[in-house]
Amino acid sequence: MARTSDRRIEHLLRRAGFGARPDEIEYYGEMSVGQAVDALLDYENIIDDIDKFIGQPGYVNTTIRGQFLPQSNIVDARQRWLFRMVHSDRPLQEKMTLFWHNHFATGYAKVAGALGAAEATRYFAAKASQDPGRVRGQVEMLRDNALGNFRDILVSVAKDTAMLVWLDGRTNTRAMPQENFAREIMELFTMGVGTFTEEDVYAGARVFTGWNLSRPGAAADGSQHYEFVYNAGQHDNGPKTFTFPIYADGNRTIPGRAAADGMQDGLDLINALAASPNTARYLARKLYRFFVSEVGPVSGAFVERIASVYLQSRYDMKAVMREVLMAPEFWDQSAYFARYSWPVEFVVRALKDIGWVGFSVNDALNPLAAMGMILYDPPDVAGWDAGQAWFSTGAMLARMNFAATLAANQRFNLAASVRIADARRTADNLMLHMTGALRTAPLDSGVAAEWANYLRATGPWTGSDAQLQAKATGLAHLIAGSPEYQMV
Amino acid sequence: MRVTRRQFIEGGVAAFTVTFAAPEFFVDVARAQGGHVRNLVVLYLGGGNDSLSMLIPYNDPFYRVRRPTLGVPAGQVLQIGTDASRAALGLHPRLTGLKQIFDQGKLAFIQRTGYENQSRSHFLGTDIWSTADPNNPQALGWVGRYLDTLPSPVDPLVGWNTTGTLPRVMQGRTAVPAIANAAGYSFLSPNGGAEAAAERVTATRISSHVPVDRPELAFVYESSRAALATLDRVASVATYRGSIAYPNTGFGQALQAVAGAMARSIGTRVFYVTTGGFDTHAGQNVNAVGGAYYNLMATLNDGVFAFYNDLRGQGLLEDTLVLSFSEFGRRISENGSQGTDHGSASVMMAIGGRVNGGFYGTAPNLNLDPRNPTLENNAGDVRYETDFRSVYAQVLDSWLGADSVRLLGGNFRKAGLGFI
Repeated sequence: MARTSDRRIEHLLRRAGFGARPDEIEYYGEMSVGQAVDALLDYENIIDDIDKFIGQPGYVNTTIRGQFLPQSNIVDARQRWLFRMVHSDRPLQEKMTLFWHNHFATGYAKVAGALGAAEATRYFAAKASQDPGRVRGQVEMLRDNALGNFRDILVSVAKDTAMLVWLDGRTNTRAMPQENFAREIMELFTMGVGTFTEEDVYAGARVFTGWNLSRPGAAADGSQHYEFVYNAGQHDNGPKTFTFPIYADGNRTIPGRAAADGMQDGLDLINALAASPNTARYLARKLYRFFVSEVGPVSGAFVERIASVYLQSRYDMKAVMREVLMAPEFWDQSAYFARYSWPVEFVVRALKDIGWVGFSVNDALNPLAAMGMILYDPPDVAGWDAGQAWFSTGAMLARMNFAATLAANQRFNLAASVRIADARRTADNLMLHMTGALRTAPLDSGVAAEWANYLRATGPWTGSDAQLQAKATGLAHLIAGSPEYQMV
Repeated sequence: MRVTRRQFIEGGVAAFTVTFAAPEFFVDVARAQGGHVRNLVVLYLGGGNDSLSMLIPYNDPFYRVRRPTLGVPAGQVLQIGTDASRAALGLHPRLTGLKQIFDQGKLAFIQRTGYENQSRSHFLGTDIWSTADPNNPQALGWVGRYLDTLPSPVDPLVGWNTTGTLPRVMQGRTAVPAIANAAGYSFLSPNGGAEAAAERVTATRISSHVPVDRPELAFVYESSRAALATLDRVASVATYRGSIAYPNTGFGQALQAVAGAMARSIGTRVFYVTTGGFDTHAGQNVNAVGGAYYNLMATLNDGVFAFYNDLRGQGLLEDTLVLSFSEFGRRISENGSQGTDHGSASVMMAIGGRVNGGFYGTAPNLNLDPRNPTLENNAGDVRYETDFRSVYAQVLDSWLGADSVRLLGGNFRKAGLGFI
């Protein structure tokens, strides 16, 4: 736990990952900052077989109810994702997957209401390699494209089964266009509110008429599944005019087409949305808030620079993220600990800092819900309210209480780590050891003194095993539950 | 009202109607002397309520024309009378409890509430309704701004938000706790006995710090402080069971907690509750038992009716005003998915012991003529008749004893809106 590491690498891993396990500190700690950024971005060079270690000793536990079924049981799917966040050696891939999950926020509950719980889990979380019908769930698709091309991601999202249920695209027909997806793809997925009109929404709805779902065949075997189909008979093949350019020549009208060719309408609109400078800036602002800082206004220079890389690279998110992680704003001292951790960031970082052996990620799910975050089930299509909105009193209490639960669970591991680090002789030794393991924003004045008082509060320091087990856990609880630790 | 504790006690409650803005000790003393405080419960119907399916103009000839599958037959709506435009109105068939409240004169419908160029976005729309400021929807919430006018120090439990995250309507400089579940609102410790007590003492002492020059961190400190300062009082609510059974929905349980906070006099004056799922683009299924909208009405009706009866049983109904809103109404004509898309003006509800029940404003005429003055967007959506800020103004001025002109940044008072 104790570490003498490069503060810059810690900052990088808090943002491009979920904090750092000791082995991550060691691995990235041997690199320069530039090398570490490259290693995080070029994650396809790192073998991704972490899921097969689920249930193995030395890793965070999962709770098995009969069978572990992450392909069809949403609770198990949540456990699998949390396991990945703790143990994946591709931290940036997991972090970007979370970013996209929030960006294209799709809620499990509605899809489960429409298709049933097991099927809904499949369309969110199934890995194609393990699904009898080769279904790839939405979040798996996002993970596969975590640093992919934004335009391609948009196309995949528009055809995604869970999305077609969530925003009702499956019922979008020529006679009665359905506006839900058309509105949100402009307002939330690309250009942002205020950049389009109601007329654009109506036209967009017509564009996506016939982007529906095929029904599974009569057989009830697992190879049957819902999937995207372009239903030419339900497509409105008239021209559609927008208030913003659709084509490179500035033309704002998607021409009338034969119904058989009408799927091109949607692709034309998606191309236009991907190419919009409004989209470039909208994404850049979101990336700034997610990766750089939530304190103060968004840096205008950053936004223009990221937007320009986005457009010049033709929407290549790897190029964009390289620019984000190398940005001077990212490395400015003022950006350190300038974000409010999301609940899963907090939980996973606490596991990495305090310890995980013997803890089940299942026991983080209810606390996460109390902190305001249920994976695969964002509150609405705008995603989670981040930043200060995470810190309602109830949610803050849930964070303090998760710190207590985890510390209690890790009582013996914590005491052992103190003994191994030879940090038991004085209360100050213990404090130094613990604050080295649990990094926080600079402490407000007096906080360290209060913690020191706590260590001495119930009797003189002896360094006995019993005292270590009480005080190391108590201090881990206080540090992980402190306001300063909530910042990343 | 600025009076000293001594003046107040000498005058006795008979000399005052204690306003909402009364400092804590007045309120407690008033309650102890049998006086009254005033509670506001803000109810958000999340997703854009199709108010035409809640308060139904069932005799409008265009209603069934435009709602061929969603329309409720006149014989099935709960007919409750006609408004000033002589529109015959009925409640959704599942709203049997609301009908009783209406019949008792304690439920007011304010029809066609909205604003000019109403946003059809869930998020912008909700922000506008929450801030009461279409030009600056990122501002603080109108209730939050009200709380900020209360004399300091403001009790950390003056507001209670029953959802996990703070809604914009409650955002202000005054921190409002989010307590989704009173039973889980306790301080855990990995240790027991003296160690656990020492942890809580330490956490409480630290949380009383105010980090200077670091407002981003001070915000988290404030949440910590408010949580630790309210634990014991909230615990007293966790054990509350109403005088009648509440439905086992999140909404019903939230309302039970609200009633508990009132009954136990823990000092809370403004509450936020919500029930969602109103974004009925497809399969709205208004009138079938178990249908999507039918279920929404069931949740709404059963929760509100239990709350109403519980408060009445506790003698708290006179102290309580429930005010509902939603980010927009829905398109008048149904879409091809047997649902309705985002629309414009909607209906607000006010419920409480001092509410003057009935209809305020007039129902839309659903005629498809694009010149129909009660509609907009080529007769696609309902046009507003009463600015929603006029409703807020009435609540601020006549219920909370505040200054609506100041809090809303303008004079939105409107004659004929005396629902409270």
